Amino acid sequence: MVEEIASTADGNIILNLGPQHPATHGVLHLVITINGETIQKVEPHLGYIHRSIEKMCESLTYRQFIYVTSRMDYLSSHINNHACALCVEKGLQIEIPSRSQVIRVLMDELTRIASHELWWGAMAMDLGAFTPFFHAFREREAINDIMEETCGARLTMNYMVPGGVMQDIHPNFQRRVKEFITLFKSKVSEYNELVTGNIIFQNRMKGVGNLSAADAISFGCTGPTARGSGVSCDIRKLYPYEIYEKLDFEEILESDGDSFARYMVRVREMSQSISIIEQLIDNIPEGDFQAKTKAVLKLPKGEFYQRVETARGDFGVYIVSEGGTTPYRIKYRSPGFSNLSALDHMARGSKLGDLVAMMGTLDLVIPDIDR
Amino acid sequence: MEITSNHSIDKQASSIGENSFPGQIHDTPGGGVVLSKLDDIINWARSNSLWPLTFATSCCGIEMMSVAAAKYDFSRFGFEVARASPRQADVIIIAGTIVNKMAPVLKRLYDQMADPKYVIAMGACAISGGPFFYNTYSVVKGADHVIPVDVYVAGCPPRPEALLHALISLQDKIKSGQTREQIQVSKPVAGGDILHQL
Repeated sequence: MVEEIASTADGNIILNLGPQHPATHGVLHLVITINGETIQKVEPHLGYIHRSIEKMCESLTYRQFIYVTSRMDYLSSHINNHACALCVEKGLQIEIPSRSQVIRVLMDELTRIASHELWWGAMAMDLGAFTPFFHAFREREAINDIMEETCGARLTMNYMVPGGVMQDIHPNFQRRVKEFITLFKSKVSEYNELVTGNIIFQNRMKGVGNLSAADAISFGCTGPTARGSGVSCDIRKLYPYEIYEKLDFEEILESDGDSFARYMVRVREMSQSISIIEQLIDNIPEGDFQAKTKAVLKLPKGEFYQRVETARGDFGVYIVSEGGTTPYRIKYRSPGFSNLSALDHMARGSKLGDLVAMMGTLDLVIPDIDR
Repeated sequence: MEITSNHSIDKQASSIGENSFPGQIHDTPGGGVVLSKLDDIINWARSNSLWPLTFATSCCGIEMMSVAAAKYDFSRFGFEVARASPRQADVIIIAGTIVNKMAPVLKRLYDQMADPKYVIAMGACAISGGPFFYNTYSVVKGADHVIPVDVYVAGCPPRPEALLHALISLQDKIKSGQTREQIQVSKPVAGGDILHQL
């Protein structure tokens, strides 16, 4: 146990943030050493939501283990499921129908928007603005309704299965996605008016939490956190999976490397996801939504790795198979864990009040870090 | 099928509104007299301003945020003042899995809350460990191993409507004097709350 507030010999104060704190977005525990108001060191303590998911997956079959990954990074549950399904398909060496590929990408991008919406609302709430939260959830609920119709769940979908998707899209899917695109486009300017252009917001974000490109690489940061420092790391571009190489979209890069740059990456990414959805929504090919697979899946002996781009960065699934129906070992590479490791470096020397703004721009999901 | 509104909840909400005040009003010349029991009035007042603690460990926390947002809006029932400090909160909504490392923290948060305090176990994990019941070494198989629970909501995660129903159920329970705490203190306890001994 760490003392609640303690002071060290050189006059520094040790302060605990979390695990019960609204700004940690869950149960992260930070032990912060401060001198006056200046941060000397930030030490994250993990494990408050360690559910032993990797160990658990070893006793689940290749069809079963996917559902647990929805509960890791629950804001990009589709994309986590996608990574696992792809990894199993890689082992089985099966091609999935083009219809299911398009559906998967559509779902991924809708999830990405929903995740960034929630982040945007929570980010503004961290800085003391409550109204953006309501604006963000208004649009997010529209995505949840679309998901609910097709997948039957609002948050933990388990829609991607080895071989395709679990069931075909709902007849209303295309109409409702188009309605959502219209809705989102009419609202995105509101986001910028409400928060991005706000001078108080900009003053709190610009020049705070600097992370250079070299540091971002050495800490293993990925996703919008690294792209805010100008590091090109979009898995959709670098190691394209499904149909991403045929799509026309831009990898968002900002060069400043501060909190505001990371903020701008995510806000601009939402529009890119909308453009991907627009390219695909009228071009869903006819055909099967699932390839024919055996009832019991057995992966050949070997190691398989698949990485995808979640809303937080590079998510990897590593399966070691002994040839049985369950994996011998599973390792997840979660983006949040590496991104969090950069927090100490970013926060040193800045003021305590800015720590929350930095943490907000890392977009941490704690069950994703602890697994 | 279009899901447009929460009929059952709206109906329930309106019925609560109708019988809101516990007591009888007798008209007398020049005004009126209200007859009621002090316990009923206290329960009525308490049930309509329950402040939840923002305690979310995992996925259910997102659905709890949805309930706080405009579409579901738990402020309709007096829950909108979400507090980050347990000392200011009345009800703790356990939204998510409780693992061995978190269990002492949860116990401590519960101990820090002022009486009367209520607990809602939201989702399968908080009820029984849920999807993490089998094959895990770190998950507490139900939050009721750590602190007592008043209302359980099933789901993984529960729909926002389900959580709203749980919140209303808790209000009903308080109004009818059926919560764990109310039943306990109806027996005289040394040093108990003076109001309950009346």
